[in-house]
Amino acid sequence: MVLKIFFPQCCNKADSGLLVGRWIPGQNSAVVLAVIHYPFIPGQVKQYIQQSGVDLTVLGSWSMPKEGQEGMESFLRDLSTIFPQGQWLQLSREMGKIGFRYGKLIQQEKELKEDVEGEEGGGEKDKVIFIHYEQRKVMLSQLHPVDNGVPDPQTESQLPQVFGTVCQSEPLFFLDKYDDGPVKMTHWQSEGREGSIIVELMKQASTPVCLLTTWILTLWTSLCSSRILNVRPMRFISSKLSTCLQLSYRTEHLQTVCSPTRATAHNHFMRKANIFVSFFVDVSLGLLLVSWMYRENRIGKLANTLVPAADHVAKELEELLQWLMGAPAGLKMNRALDQVLGRFFLYHIHLWISYIHLMSPFIEMILWYVGLSACLGLTFALSLLSDITALLTFHIYCFYVYGARLYCMTVYGLSSLWRLFRGKKWNVLRQRVDSCSYDLDQLFIGTLLFTILLFLLPTTALYYLVFTLLRLVVVMFQGVLHLSVDFINSFPLFAMGLRLFRSYRLAEGVKFRVLCEEPGTPLHLMMDINPLKVSSVVQTYRTPTYSCYPKDSWLALCKKLFLGELIYPWRHKTTKID
Amino acid sequence: MQNGDQHYSMEDETYTDIDGKAISLECQSHSGFCREFTVSSAKVSIGRVMAYTCAVWLSAYIIFFVTENTAVLSSAIIITLVGMMVHIHFVKVDHETLLIIGSLGVQVSSSYASGRESTDFIEMGKIKDIVINEAIHMVRKIKDIVINEAIHMQTVIYYLCILLKDPSDPEAVSSVVPLFQSSKPRLNCLVKVYKSCQEILAKC
Repeated sequence: MVLKIFFPQCCNKADSGLLVGRWIPGQNSAVVLAVIHYPFIPGQVKQYIQQSGVDLTVLGSWSMPKEGQEGMESFLRDLSTIFPQGQWLQLSREMGKIGFRYGKLIQQEKELKEDVEGEEGGGEKDKVIFIHYEQRKVMLSQLHPVDNGVPDPQTESQLPQVFGTVCQSEPLFFLDKYDDGPVKMTHWQSEGREGSIIVELMKQASTPVCLLTTWILTLWTSLCSSRILNVRPMRFISSKLSTCLQLSYRTEHLQTVCSPTRATAHNHFMRKANIFVSFFVDVSLGLLLVSWMYRENRIGKLANTLVPAADHVAKELEELLQWLMGAPAGLKMNRALDQVLGRFFLYHIHLWISYIHLMSPFIEMILWYVGLSACLGLTFALSLLSDITALLTFHIYCFYVYGARLYCMTVYGLSSLWRLFRGKKWNVLRQRVDSCSYDLDQLFIGTLLFTILLFLLPTTALYYLVFTLLRLVVVMFQGVLHLSVDFINSFPLFAMGLRLFRSYRLAEGVKFRVLCEEPGTPLHLMMDINPLKVSSVVQTYRTPTYSCYPKDSWLALCKKLFLGELIYPWRHKTTKID
Repeated sequence: MQNGDQHYSMEDETYTDIDGKAISLECQSHSGFCREFTVSSAKVSIGRVMAYTCAVWLSAYIIFFVTENTAVLSSAIIITLVGMMVHIHFVKVDHETLLIIGSLGVQVSSSYASGRESTDFIEMGKIKDIVINEAIHMVRKIKDIVINEAIHMQTVIYYLCILLKDPSDPEAVSSVVPLFQSSKPRLNCLVKVYKSCQEILAKC
């Protein structure tokens, strides 16, 4: 197998020294992590390696001789006796040349065998690949798909092992060239440790803020689960109102984010960051909306147009019913049933309008205070809008239920009497249609009722059709609002920002580029990070929500509509618990 | 040659893809066990671009003449621009590259006309073999005027693909990754690439 050496780019210009890193078992690869420079005391180096807490070994020697430093070759060879290894790599580079020269020493039972290039007919030189990698990027990146379990080191592929090696060596990179330690190293942080003041300040400030928020949240949750608010009717109402749902959902989110324990796993960290960023954006958009709405008393104007709008809707409905009670679209209705249904619905509309007029002096105040809750976020404003629509179109919902029930009863009656007409019966026990012999009077009455229902069917069907269409319009509007709330809740803004601005953090894999080399040197490749695709980012890091999804397929929905069963096209999933 | 690579350029043999358009193959040998194959398709032809643009704008002018609505013209311009950008960024593949590095893996990359590159690297441990497979390709165009009915003509095409190992069963093939999907070179080109790849796979 070809020997693969992963060499960090930061060490390309390092002074001569010892290579430290790790051999990857079973793959014939070595990952170089740092170069320890001369002068050093071998005993101190061995001690440092043991105490560093990182899986390190001395891999070999690195020489980049400057002027006046000839004669290092024998010195470097002697080093291999001090650090006993199975394989000892001798890498060297000359100033002005790009390629490395490679030599390998194999030590077997105190006997030194040299396999330097050129002796095996050029075969040795061809059997090594240098893969250059940028240590900072590999250190900070996370390879996807993220492995949560403990991988088996024998069957694991090479790339996760390389990434894992670099990530685990973080303690090694804490020492930079300004520290006065026993060893002087070159790695990606040797010019000085990277850090950001803002990040450090935020880390310091986050602990007391988290504790305060957790305390407030525990108060709030204990208030919500108190006995008064958990009475049966309140529970029912709060489960139907989407604002309460959104509130409970956000509370849960905040609890996740503000937990004082630090997130160790990558998934957990990303979840927290996504929730925090989306909450922040949501609240700022909500505040923007509130500031726009409350300027120039727009909310007062909105409240003033609400009652006339409800009046207008009621007037339109009355006209519609008058039209149905006449001869709608040239169809001939059954006069008596038509009049009964029409008057029944007209009376309901009259009641509804009276209630709206009763409420009208208070509407402005209610709207003013309720609109303030949009400060909690844009999602709250949208849920509020959905709830207000539901309340204002409650009479349409009632009409739909009446029409649907009537139609459903007609259809079931018709189907059962149709079976009687043909001499069959529905067997409830066996859930199938059986033949049955009816008496003459049963047949007579059944046929009579069948005829009545059949001729009344167009009237009921028309009322059902009209109110179902109205109901569907309202449902579509609410559905759009819920979908946008769900989108704002679940979209991973932090992960998307990371993918756009620091694309090496989320890695799908790697890509290689051949670096042009000089003849006589082994193959040099540059390993770059292949960032995760945008669709995979959204799919992997989506926050699970109580998402609104259509409960039935189109076919099932049409079947239900035809039979007159009540439809609730949007169904809330309960939040998944991880 | 200044560097140690060896290039093979294809002046003596011209390759075509399955539709008959000319393509070119370039083989580069970086080392004894590292080779790179690039298949380039035809570039975006200026004649077709102009034809499409003229067709769209002519129809937009006709609609404007009928409806007297200037929004039609501006929307036609926007549609043309957006359509062209989407085409060169997402649809038109300029060249496809196969980089095979012995005992490390195989890298497959497609480069689009706008310069975007989409790369995929498969480790050697997951690769079972590289083979040439047959497939049945449906051609919906009626090429022969003699045949009056619309016939779906099927042709057998060859494509190069990588067989991946199943992690649970080392002898079974879990999935197939087809190569050179957009350029679709013919068998003579594929055989050349196949022989080169097999040499490297045999060595390591």
